[in-house]
Amino acid sequence: MYAVRSATVRFGHVLALDDVTVEVPGGSVVAVVGGDGAGKSTLLRALAGEVPLDSGTIEAPPKQRLGYLPASSGSWAALTVTQNIDFVAGIYGLAGEELTARRAELLDRASLTSAASRLAARLSGGMRRKLGFTMAIVHRPDLLILDEPSTGIDPVSRIDLWRLASEAAASGAAVLMSTTYLDEAERAAHLVVLDSGKVLVQGSYDQVRAGFTGVVTQTGEPVRAEWAWRRGRVQHEYWPGGGPPPEATVVPPDLEDIVIALSLARRNAVPS
Amino acid sequence: MTGVQLRARHVTRRFGAFTAVDDVSMQVQPGEVVGLLGANGAGKTTLIRMLLGLIAVTSGSVELLGGPPDRQRRRGLGYVPQGLGLYGDLTVAENLTFSARAYGSAEPELPPGLTGRAGVLVRELPLGAQRQVAFLAALAHSPELLVLDEPTSGVDVLARAALWDTIRGQAERGVGVLVTTHYMQEAQQCDRLLLMSNGQLVAQGSEADIIGSTTAVAVHTGDWAQAFAALNAAGQPVMLAGRAIRVANASPAELQQVLNAAGIQASLQPVPATIEERMLMLARATDAS
Repeated sequence: MYAVRSATVRFGHVLALDDVTVEVPGGSVVAVVGGDGAGKSTLLRALAGEVPLDSGTIEAPPKQRLGYLPASSGSWAALTVTQNIDFVAGIYGLAGEELTARRAELLDRASLTSAASRLAARLSGGMRRKLGFTMAIVHRPDLLILDEPSTGIDPVSRIDLWRLASEAAASGAAVLMSTTYLDEAERAAHLVVLDSGKVLVQGSYDQVRAGFTGVVTQTGEPVRAEWAWRRGRVQHEYWPGGGPPPEATVVPPDLEDIVIALSLARRNAVPS
Repeated sequence: MTGVQLRARHVTRRFGAFTAVDDVSMQVQPGEVVGLLGANGAGKTTLIRMLLGLIAVTSGSVELLGGPPDRQRRRGLGYVPQGLGLYGDLTVAENLTFSARAYGSAEPELPPGLTGRAGVLVRELPLGAQRQVAFLAALAHSPELLVLDEPTSGVDVLARAALWDTIRGQAERGVGVLVTTHYMQEAQQCDRLLLMSNGQLVAQGSEADIIGSTTAVAVHTGDWAQAFAALNAAGQPVMLAGRAIRVANASPAELQQVLNAAGIQASLQPVPATIEERMLMLARATDAS
């Protein structure tokens, strides 16, 4: 079990993480969701040992047992796919036949075999992200930290990335990932919703759904604009204490509705 | 505003031996939101760059606001590229001044989300706020046509909903919109869809037109990861929607066999296919060829 406990991180006068506790057990995927500046990257970087805490504790494996895919790049543009993997593998002391076998296995699982000699700069966004992923797991880490692995990636490559992440978890690794795709977060064993550096809610998807109070309605014209958001061609509106107008159409909230509703509840309660 | 705002006629673009866009014809009318879909590398961005006159066509022709895409016609265009096209080392205000001067328009007022941030360097803003600035810069000169390349990639749900409010508001004013996205929920907000694969336009129209004859089976089981691994290992075109496992163009009997062999209890149910499943079948057809 790896964890960040009661973690607080300040950047100047900005409170990036405010007393955050998140546990990442081996063999499962934990997903962190939240808006811009919610603290997702800071949380991941704190666990990866890239950001010092102002207070709190970190339980993480030593650096050589940790795999980290940063939000930006994760590979070298001027190296080929093979060179990128070999370079990182070399850092962990992988060489010879062991490296050849591991590289072949990773390329195959990421569907990158046919692109092995291509420069990273010439890969599509989805392929480049998958390359970054293979580089993060080349040494079979105990803790795998992925910062928005699927942002800007097409739906088909996104499934490849999920397959790789769930395979890593199935073989015992603890996986912590951030995402802006809420349907992905639903898939995680445990999800954490961050907002302005604080945990809004965390638990399994079923726990988060069961703990949600209030009512979400669907409407063409919201009654209270500050409690409404666009869903496709219609708007959804949140009634924290229940009590929508009797003629309103109540809808069962999905994770996207829940995350938005909780964010609005916090925003509308806290004068900014 | 009348007539077609954006048009491609049999447009092809080659880079060396590689055909990035292959004989594509399409158009955007005033007031309609057209979604351009396709995998990374399908040719969406190359097509957009030709439509805007930023790169030359190899063959075929393009029309922007009634004629060839030159600097004069681009004045009527609002464009938010994937990389946003902002200057990271300039402040929010400086970026907006620069683009307003370039278009000879008035400087836009900062919306609530950006007030107090006029003096902040753009590279120090979170991505969602940067996208807001890029939108503001693209809309300040009241363009007749909006072209948005993955406008909401990496943006949180609330900011995404706000950006789509802006897009629909522009369309209601008669502005034509061409938008690329990887969020299928966003695709459903478009009036019309185009699907590209390997440089070709393979389908267009409504969501049903895009899905075409693709079918799907939903697999209901206790442990999605186990069933996903078993079906994937058997070479089935598996997709995930939340925790639901779906298999495109599959025979339920064959799936049942795979699951039985792996000792997994599951119930199978034919369901309407999604745009993602059509994209998955296209990707597999490409890999096989």
